Amino acid sequence: MSELALTAKDFKSDQEVRWCPGCGDYAILAAVQSFMPELGLAREKIVFISGIGCAARFPYYMQTYGMHSIHGRAPAIATGLAVSRPDLSVWVVSGDGDALSIGGNHLIHALRRNVNLKLLLFNNRIYGLTKGQYSPTSGQGKVSGSTPLGSVDYPFNPLALALGAGATFVARALDIDKPGLTDVLRRAAAHKGAAFVEVFQNCNIYNDGEFDYIREDKDARTYLAQGEAFGETGIVHDESDFATAFALAQLSWEKDGVVPLGVFRDVQRDSYDELVNAQLANAGGDGDLQALVGSGDTWTIG
Amino acid sequence: MGAKPVEQLESVVIRFAGDSGDGMQLTGGRFSSETALSGNDLATFPDFPAEIRAPAGSLPGVSGFQLHFADHDILTPGDRPDVLVAMNPAALKTNLPDLPVGGTLIVDTDAFTDRNLKKAGYDASPLEDGSLGAYQVHAVPLTGMTVGALKDIEGVTAREAERAKNMFALGLMSWLYGRPIESTLEFLQTKFAKRPEIAAANVKAFNTGYAFGETSEAFSVQYEVKPAKLAPGRYRQITGNVALSYGLIAASKLSELPLFLGAYPITPASSILEELAKHKSFGVRTFQAEDEIAAAGAALGASFGGGLGVTTSAGPGVVLKSETVGLAVALELPLVVIDVQRAGPSTGMPTKPEQGDLLMVLFGRNSESPVPVLAASTPGDCFHAAIEAARVALTYRTPVYLLSDAYLANGSEPWQIPDISALEPIEVEFARAVEGETFLPYHRDPETLARPWAVPGTPGLEHRVGGLEKANETGNVSYDPENHDLMTQLRAQKVAGIAVGDQPVDHQEGADVLVLSWGGTYGPVHAGVRRVRAAGGKVAHAHLRWLNPFPRNLGDVLRSYDRVLVPEMNLGQLSRLVRAQYLVDAVGYNRVTGKPFKAGEIADAVEALL
Repeated sequence: MSELALTAKDFKSDQEVRWCPGCGDYAILAAVQSFMPELGLAREKIVFISGIGCAARFPYYMQTYGMHSIHGRAPAIATGLAVSRPDLSVWVVSGDGDALSIGGNHLIHALRRNVNLKLLLFNNRIYGLTKGQYSPTSGQGKVSGSTPLGSVDYPFNPLALALGAGATFVARALDIDKPGLTDVLRRAAAHKGAAFVEVFQNCNIYNDGEFDYIREDKDARTYLAQGEAFGETGIVHDESDFATAFALAQLSWEKDGVVPLGVFRDVQRDSYDELVNAQLANAGGDGDLQALVGSGDTWTIG
Repeated sequence: MGAKPVEQLESVVIRFAGDSGDGMQLTGGRFSSETALSGNDLATFPDFPAEIRAPAGSLPGVSGFQLHFADHDILTPGDRPDVLVAMNPAALKTNLPDLPVGGTLIVDTDAFTDRNLKKAGYDASPLEDGSLGAYQVHAVPLTGMTVGALKDIEGVTAREAERAKNMFALGLMSWLYGRPIESTLEFLQTKFAKRPEIAAANVKAFNTGYAFGETSEAFSVQYEVKPAKLAPGRYRQITGNVALSYGLIAASKLSELPLFLGAYPITPASSILEELAKHKSFGVRTFQAEDEIAAAGAALGASFGGGLGVTTSAGPGVVLKSETVGLAVALELPLVVIDVQRAGPSTGMPTKPEQGDLLMVLFGRNSESPVPVLAASTPGDCFHAAIEAARVALTYRTPVYLLSDAYLANGSEPWQIPDISALEPIEVEFARAVEGETFLPYHRDPETLARPWAVPGTPGLEHRVGGLEKANETGNVSYDPENHDLMTQLRAQKVAGIAVGDQPVDHQEGADVLVLSWGGTYGPVHAGVRRVRAAGGKVAHAHLRWLNPFPRNLGDVLRSYDRVLVPEMNLGQLSRLVRAQYLVDAVGYNRVTGKPFKAGEIADAVEALL
C-alpha cells in the first residue's frame, strides 16, 4: 500500500464536479476519494459503475475506470464485470430511485448472489435530477412535484430490503460524517462478496433537512458496536444474527428517536465470482474445439 | 419367408405426429440420426406447441416432427409429407390435410378410442367410416403390440410399457426405410442407463416394431434411399442453436477473449444458454440473469472488462434489451445480441418461426442509434454467422444483432464439420498507455472508425465512459451542438463502413426476375427457385447475409433485373428497406403462418412474375 503512495488527490479526475452547491454528494465524494488509497490497489484496478440520477455522476469524478450506465442497471452491468474480472475492485454508486425503483430487481439479485460488489446507495428520499418527485424511500405524506396532496405510498426500508434479499453485508452511514462513513467504507471494502451501504444524503434543493436530526446534532449520531447493547433498546448487537440486524434496521427517528449508524450485518459466504470461477477452474480450460464440433454421430463422404 | 422386395426412392418426407407426451420429437430425432448415418441429405422441422403437456389427446397438444431425406442435395424439410405416422385421432385430424392423396398413413388403432375420438372432434372413427379411402392406410395396433411385447420385462409398469410405443413406431419406420439401427440401440442404453429395465423395454419395443415390419403382410415392400452425393468430408447433424453455440465458442477461441453469455430463459433461444453452460472447459461463463435487461447488461459489463460479451433471446426479450444496446452504441463497446425470432406480436406463438424483428433490431432504439445486423440462413450456417457477428463486434467495437429464428434453432441438417485451424483469427488489440501521450478514449482508427478498447486494469488509461454524449476524441461529457452532430455522423459512418463483401447472386442466363431473400428462408426460397428453373423458368436468386449495412453492390444487383421479388415471413420489412434505399419496385411475398415457407408457394410467387 505504501509503495503506491497514493493520496485522495490521485483519485480526483480532471472533470469539474457539477452537483448543486451544498449537495451532500460532495462530502461523500471527498470521503470516498480519501478512503481509496487505503484499498492498496492501483487506480487501474478500481472501477466505479453507476446508473442514472444525481449520484450516478459519481464515476466521472473518480480517477479510476468508470461507467455511467443506464437507469437502475448498474448492479447488472457490474455483475458481468465482477464475475469475469475478479482481479478488479468494483463499486456501484446509485440513488434511491435508481437502486430501489427502476433497478430494484437488479439490486436484490446482486445481493442474493453475493456478487463481489460494493454497492453505495445515496438515499436522499427524493428524485433530484428530475426536479423533485417523491421516491420509493420518501415517507408517506411527502409533498412533492408529483404528489401535491402528499404521497400515499408506503416507503421501502432499504436496509430491511437488503437483509431480506440475503445480503451478507449491510451498513448505514451519513454523508457529512466522514469518520463514520470511512469506517463503513473500510468494512465494506474488506468484505468478500456483496456489500450494501446506505448513505443518508441531503438534497438541499428538493428535500432539504431530511436528516437534520443527525446532520445538525453530532450527539444524536448513534453507532452500532458488535457485542454491545444499542442505545436504550437493550438489543445486543450481533452482526452475524439476521434477526438482530433486521430488528435494528426497523428503528427510525420518527418512531424511536434513534437511528443506528454502522454495520448491521457482516457474514462470510462464498461470493458469486468465486463460485463461478471455481467451476471454470475445475473444468480445466483445455477444451478441444475440433473435438467438440465433431462430437456425436459422424459419417464421412467421399 | 424371403426378404421383401426393395423399392428405390429418390426422396421421402415423413411426419411423425402424436401427443406432446408421446415422444415424437425424440422419435423424429432418432430417425434423423439413423438417416444421417445412411448418408442421405436431410432437413428436419420439429413443430410443437408451447405447452409442455397440453391436455392428452387434445388438438392443441399435437406435436409433430417432419423429416425430408434424399439421395441428392435438398434444402427444406419438405412441403407435404409422403408418409404420416399418426399416434392418435388428434394427430390425424390436425395433420391429415397436409397428406396428399395417395399418401401413406400409419395409425395406432389402439389410440382410436371413443374418448380420444371425441377429444379430437370425430363423430365416428375415420378408420371405419371410409373417409381415409384416398390414402394407403396401415392400421396397426401399436400400443397393444408394444404392451404385449414388454409384459415379461420385470419392473416395467403398464404405463411405462405403453410409453414405449414410440419406439415400436420408430422400429417399424426404421425397417421400412432400411435405416441402420445400431446408433439408436446404443442411444437407448445410454439414455436409460440408470434404469436398465426401461432401456430393455425400449430396445424390445424398437426391435418388435422392426420385426413387425419385416414379417407383417401389411407392409409388402421395403424402401431404399441411396446416399446423397454431398461434398466430400466428415459430417454430423446439427441444429441451429447448437451450431450457434459452437460458433460463439469458436469466436472466443479465434479472438482469444473469454466468452460471457448473459441470458434469461426464453423459447426458442434457451437451448443456446443450456448448450454453452456445458462448455466451461472452454472458459465460457454463462450467467442466467434475473431478467432480459440484466442479461444484456452483464454481457456489456463483461465486454467493458475485455471479454466477448454475448446476450441471447427472442423478440419479446430483445425489446427489453434495447436500452443496453443503445448504451453499447454510445460506449462503442463490442456486444453480440442474438435474436432467435418467433411469431409475434407480444408473446405470439413462442415455438413458431417468423421474420418480424428486422425493423425492430434496425430501428427499435431511441434516437440515431445504428447497429449492424446480419442473419443466419441455415442451421449449420448459424456457426459461421456467430463468428462473423463476433468479428464485426470486436473489430468495430459495436453491438451487433444476429438474427436466427425458431425454424433454424430447432431444425437440423447434415453439417460438414469445419476445420477449426482453417478459420481466420479475429485480431483484437487492447489499448496501452503511451509515454508522454494523453489517452483519448474516442480517438478513432482511421480505417474502421473504431475507438480504442482500454480495459480496466490497464495502467495509465483510467477513463470514464457513459451514456451521456461525449466529446469527440476526449470522451468527456459534452453538450456542444456541433460535437453532437459530428458524433452522430461518426457513429453512422462507422456502421455504414463495415466491410461485408459484395452480394453474390445465383444468376441464370436470361433471367429478368430476381428473388431477394434473407435469413432462415434460404432453404425453401432456393428450393422454390430450383423448381421454377426445373420447369423451364428463368430466375436469379440473391440471399442476404447482411441487413445493415447492405452489401455495397446491392443497388446495382437490384437494378440489373426488371422485377424483384422479396419473400419474407413478415409483412414486407426488407422490401420496405430496399424500396426506400434503392428506389426499386420490389414486390413482396408475405406470409406469417408460423410455419416455414413451402418451396411450392415460392415457386408459384415467382411464376406469377415471369
